[in-house]
Amino acid sequence: MNYFPDEVIEHVFDFVTSHRDRNSISLVCKSWFKIERYSRQNVFIGNCYATSPERLLRRFPCFKSLTLKGKPHFADFNLVPHGWGGFVQPWIEALARSRVGLEELRLKRMVVTDESLELLSRSFVNFKSLVLVSCEGFSTDGLASIAANCRHLQDLDLQENDIDDHRGQWLSCFPETSTTLVTLNFACLEGETNLVALERLVARSPNLRSLKLNRTVPLEALARLMACAPQIVELGVGSYEDEQDSESCLRLQAAIRKCTSLRSLSGFLEAAPHCLSAFQPVCHNLTSLNLSYAAEINGSHLIRLIEHCKKLQRLWILDSIGDKGLEVVASTCKELQELRVFPTDLHGGGNAAVTEDGLVAISAGCPKLHSILYFCQQMTNEALITVAKNCPNFIRFRLCILEPHKPDHVTSQPLDEGFGAIVQACKNLKRLSVSGLLTDQVFLYIGMFATQLEMLSIAFAGDTDKGMLYVLNGCKKMRKLEIRDSPFGDAALLADVNKYETMRSLWMSSCEVTLGGCKRLAQKAPWLNVEIINENDNNRMEEENGYEGRQKVDKLYLYRTVVGTRVDAPPFVWIL
Amino acid sequence: MENVGVCDEFVNLKATELRLGLPGTEDEKQKVSCGKSNKRALPETEKDIESTGKTETASPPKAQIVGWPPVRSYRKNSIQTKKNEAEGQGMYVKVSMDGAPYLRKIDLTMYKQYPELMKSLENMFKFSVGEYFEREGYKGSDFVPTYEDKDGDWMLVGDVPWEMFVSSCKRLRIMKGSEAKGLGCGV
Repeated sequence: MNYFPDEVIEHVFDFVTSHRDRNSISLVCKSWFKIERYSRQNVFIGNCYATSPERLLRRFPCFKSLTLKGKPHFADFNLVPHGWGGFVQPWIEALARSRVGLEELRLKRMVVTDESLELLSRSFVNFKSLVLVSCEGFSTDGLASIAANCRHLQDLDLQENDIDDHRGQWLSCFPETSTTLVTLNFACLEGETNLVALERLVARSPNLRSLKLNRTVPLEALARLMACAPQIVELGVGSYEDEQDSESCLRLQAAIRKCTSLRSLSGFLEAAPHCLSAFQPVCHNLTSLNLSYAAEINGSHLIRLIEHCKKLQRLWILDSIGDKGLEVVASTCKELQELRVFPTDLHGGGNAAVTEDGLVAISAGCPKLHSILYFCQQMTNEALITVAKNCPNFIRFRLCILEPHKPDHVTSQPLDEGFGAIVQACKNLKRLSVSGLLTDQVFLYIGMFATQLEMLSIAFAGDTDKGMLYVLNGCKKMRKLEIRDSPFGDAALLADVNKYETMRSLWMSSCEVTLGGCKRLAQKAPWLNVEIINENDNNRMEEENGYEGRQKVDKLYLYRTVVGTRVDAPPFVWIL
Repeated sequence: MENVGVCDEFVNLKATELRLGLPGTEDEKQKVSCGKSNKRALPETEKDIESTGKTETASPPKAQIVGWPPVRSYRKNSIQTKKNEAEGQGMYVKVSMDGAPYLRKIDLTMYKQYPELMKSLENMFKFSVGEYFEREGYKGSDFVPTYEDKDGDWMLVGDVPWEMFVSSCKRLRIMKGSEAKGLGCGV
């Protein structure tokens, strides 16, 4: 390959977009490393503490898009205390000082401030795309800066963030000359928006493809917005609480009929049960449907809509759809690839809305299914074995039985065999979440068969250290392992310290690891940051010297890093 | 086979095993309520839990395990608020009183009208609220009951019809002293 001039090689590299493939390319030889680093456009950093802005800039001076992830996954469930970290400010400051022509920033589980957003909006002339997922720390004032200063903004995509809504005029901050919007998603904002400003913005954005409104945008506004934007491809409905035959409703129906490009429907954050019928004309084209926030819409209305959605590829729904509803999905949605069924009752009481029967029906009816997230109250080994036989193509399989330690409800056996069947059949399984009553046996199966597994979530499972060892020894491609409330301790943690260099991170909370064990690990592996999160007893850890070694650690989070101990850790985080 | 019987056996077997892990859901709750100390519950404590006669198939756990089920807080809050409103499972709102060391919570659905609510607040915080006048607000006391509505504004309790108040009240605050004067406490 040294016969080709660099420009030719670079041109070939242009066709390689996946960051993993690019990483592999850069390891071939020094020459390729150099060409690759100057031509890398999109940089992905899965753990913001694994490296630093300075190292990023040194290696990739010409990138345009940056993806950063901060807090560990279990932060989504309140297991990581406020203030832990994941601040984007130092990154934006460093990028602003450099000459990087940043165009896109995608952040997940990071702390973003209004100051950061203002700096971002002023520092990059060609900034086009901001995507924030599960972030916090900012307000609508920050959004106002982005709106006002980013002349070429195309995407403002806010997904499930915790935003302080000042109910101000941030939407009015888009200048009249701004006509470049492609994506506008503010569904997670709680406050009122300026509807007039919103309508004018939508009307002057001919490229707008994705519009997701928040719960305060009423029906009549939705009708007018859709009339201005018949080219819309993705729509997130805010509030839909009008009477069935109101004028707004009729106008909406007329507008919807013109939206021939509509492929994705979501939202319905405040929705009257009858509202779905207005969307029936577009059902036959829908590929994505997210009704997982529409708690007021009961099963029968959902079913009546889904019966027409023959091209559906992605469905996110509440368990109020019931097993019967899932059977309708199974017989209608033959193109279905991803299904998520969320719980309406978070505490496992009440009627069992979906059971193992619904899961089996889906697996039998949808041959293209490869991703599933399923919350339910009961499961059996037999059902899981059937699912495995029906669907050997799973890439992501996440099953959450609401009650911890719940066995097979028919045989009262642990669910080891069921999950064992899943990992054995699904040779491409990359992500797995297990639940219910599980012994070390299930981990033996996972270690043996789940050769492609990259992410594993374990809760209330296993008996001894052997369980965790099976996984660490067997799953060669493991990247993220997160464990809570399981009896794994120091022996498992310390068995193969080098394993953690091949992984992004390990989370263990309410397990059996001790402070002594963690300290030994930190000593053996200086390339790891070993963090102990201890919210309650800040000083207890250090005081009791005699018992220190045997003190159980509440939360352990360790990750590989090339930049050593981070300097922004709060007092309740102890980095060993 | 009776589930209860099997579970009893199962639980007892586990109890004799020499392990530090805890056997059942009830124990999980106990663990959480033990003030998150780093030391696990001793075996004697486990036996106490079992002797209360609860098995895994008993009524569903009422206490909540931290971070379980694994649903994003954003989604949890969204569903929970709607459920409370829909099923009338009580509308708990925080009540703060200027000068009090900690807040309280009350269930607004327990009251049918303002006087009941006022009496309850007066009892809870040991104060008296004076008399309500449509124009001047509360007269005859240093204390003024206010509430935060859905728009984030602080309103005087008593101005709107009771049902409207219950559906829009997010939290209560009993203002005291000079700050209260601004809200029409004509003294």
